[in-house]
Amino acid sequence: MRRFFGFALVVGLTLAGCGEHRPTVPQQDVIYDPYEAGNRQVHAFNKGLDRALFKAREGQPRSRDTLLTRSFSNAGGNLSLPGKVVNSLLQGRPEPAIKNTFRFVINSTLGIGGIFDPAGSSFSLPETDTDFGETLAVWGAQEGAYMELPFFGGSTERDALGSVVDIALDPVGQVLEGAEATGAMALTLGGKVAKRKRFGETVESVYYDSADSYAQERLLYLQMRRHQLAGEETNDEEAWDPYEDPYAE
Amino acid sequence: MKKPGIPMKTPMRNDRRQLILGAGATVLAAGLLRPGAAFALTDAEARELVSRAVNDVNAAIASGKTGPGLYAQFEAIFTKYADVATIGRSALGVAARQASASQMSAFTKAFRGYISRKYGQRFREFIGARFEVEGARKVKTFYEVKTVAHLRGQAPFEVLWHVSDRSGKRLFFNVIIEGVNMLAAERTEIGAMLDARRGNIDALIADLKNAS
Repeated sequence: MRRFFGFALVVGLTLAGCGEHRPTVPQQDVIYDPYEAGNRQVHAFNKGLDRALFKAREGQPRSRDTLLTRSFSNAGGNLSLPGKVVNSLLQGRPEPAIKNTFRFVINSTLGIGGIFDPAGSSFSLPETDTDFGETLAVWGAQEGAYMELPFFGGSTERDALGSVVDIALDPVGQVLEGAEATGAMALTLGGKVAKRKRFGETVESVYYDSADSYAQERLLYLQMRRHQLAGEETNDEEAWDPYEDPYAE
Repeated sequence: MKKPGIPMKTPMRNDRRQLILGAGATVLAAGLLRPGAAFALTDAEARELVSRAVNDVNAAIASGKTGPGLYAQFEAIFTKYADVATIGRSALGVAARQASASQMSAFTKAFRGYISRKYGQRFREFIGARFEVEGARKVKTFYEVKTVAHLRGQAPFEVLWHVSDRSGKRLFFNVIIEGVNMLAAERTEIGAMLDARRGNIDALIADLKNAS
């Protein structure tokens, strides 16, 4: 009997422990950044890399939304869809999985290997963005500390692990071999470069116009990421009301 | 009203509405005790303000103006529809309490120009954009108007406008694009500028006049 109680206690504690791992909506303005010193060094590296490779020259437009950049970012984005489908399924969300599957099929065929986006323009099937970091969040993993990763930019401990898993488990990488796999990798990379140039105005205003580009990138990343993971849910209690703000009075 | 592809969130929001309704009596009592804090603004008025602002912005973009001409037009729209003084004060944070009245007025003026140039530069990206007003709801002392922005070749995204009449006029004081909060971004920016000038507000104001 005593043994049974001991067992029940263990089970009870385990369940209680599980309960505590429910995903909580992180507080809007809370930034947990214990690795700030190291992160700032990585930021300086990323910024130097961006300045050397991508920064628009004086007098040139920062954003390049041309047929070329659009085709590359479409094709690169198309290759990321199978991985997103897998993640949606792991999250127990069939609807985005089905939509992204149709999107992948339509754009790979009618859109000629994903260069064009007929799924988005004619079939109302815009991409539903997701990744393994979101899967971890759905499974109950906490956000963890903020991290800036070399080459990847803003992240968190949870999202950093997610990025590693996404690369390792990418279905496209599993199916393709040899030259095809290399080609797919090159296209994915090209898509990322094209995206950097398409949204150059946004990237460069944060990097080169901010008084503290590290703090600004950190804020933007956490806000966008938390918004994405929470879906439409917003926490009214934490809404910023300057008319109640003591500094505003 | 509801966009497809986000089916999981509706129940949560409804639960929250219930909660808000449950707390309604308390809020009502507080409102009666503080008549100044009562909701004078209506849902329709908040929507209307955002629709007018969006129309003006669309007209400015359609005018074909560029550079300083467009920024001037944007500054006029911003002054007309946004509570610049409150946005500026909130961006300045704690330092606003130590600033004198003349410093605050100089700061507000410089801040307005800075915001207009900063966001005016980005307006090219919105050429051909279409904003749809989806709905409005009350949050704390203000209204949140939800719009969806449709940009060429991009998935539609959500833009929330926070509107209040607490300044005496119906004005918006925050814009939240896909979770990115303009007040928070400007608080970080102005805070960093102030730190770089060792908390010297006059130096901040002087530099803000040329910043973008």
